[in-house]
Amino acid sequence: MQIKVDPSVIRQTKWYEYAVRFLFGGLITVAAGIIAKRFGPDIGGLFLAFPAIFPASATLIEKHEKQKKEEEGLQGTQRGREAASVDAAGSAMGSVGLLVFASTAWQFVPRFSTWIVLMGATVAWITVSVLIWHVRKRV
Amino acid sequence: MSQILIRFLVGGAVVSAFAIIGDLLKPKSFAGLFGAAPSVALATLGLTIATEGASYAAIESRSMIAGAIAFMAFASCVSWVMMRYKVSALLVTICSIPLWFGIAFGLWYIWLK
Repeated sequence: MQIKVDPSVIRQTKWYEYAVRFLFGGLITVAAGIIAKRFGPDIGGLFLAFPAIFPASATLIEKHEKQKKEEEGLQGTQRGREAASVDAAGSAMGSVGLLVFASTAWQFVPRFSTWIVLMGATVAWITVSVLIWHVRKRV
Repeated sequence: MSQILIRFLVGGAVVSAFAIIGDLLKPKSFAGLFGAAPSVALATLGLTIATEGASYAAIESRSMIAGAIAFMAFASCVSWVMMRYKVSALLVTICSIPLWFGIAFGLWYIWLK
């Protein structure tokens, strides 16, 4: 299956749908900092992988896929659910990359410059995630 | 206060950027990879290192491993339930959040405490 970019989604998304994700993203980042200060970095760190915008994103995918089918005159509820499910399965694969990101940061943050570690960890995340996705597609 | 505002704005921007990249991509299984992007970590760790130091950020990163394992269980559960039952995405994702908490804090208790 080929990877494609579909810019039509940008037009489909309402301004408040962007705002909700910005709000939740900002809130969880603030919350992670406050929790770390109050309860320690070992607890605060857990929230660096909290699925804060997952409910908003999954709802958006479900809604957009449903709308697409209904514009074609078809019943889109089931299609919307399936699309959200497939997206969540992709996120489960991506979470292995997230684990690699965390491990890389844990091991290298004390030894190297911040930006080099964060860039390296991000490259590790995307490489591992894409690799797992490709392997999963072939199996 | 300004520290909180900076965290809010940087966090909101980074999380939104990864979410938009995910929106644009097809197929959905590939786009889903961006649902597990390290967006909060990217927004947080740079600021944390600058204010609290590298050792503090390393402890946060180690705990993030437990959070990522919990995320994997959460996303797998959401995918499984949505494929098999006729329930809305919002209901499944909200009801699965306690699973994330259970696994993340369970791992913290066993491994990191």
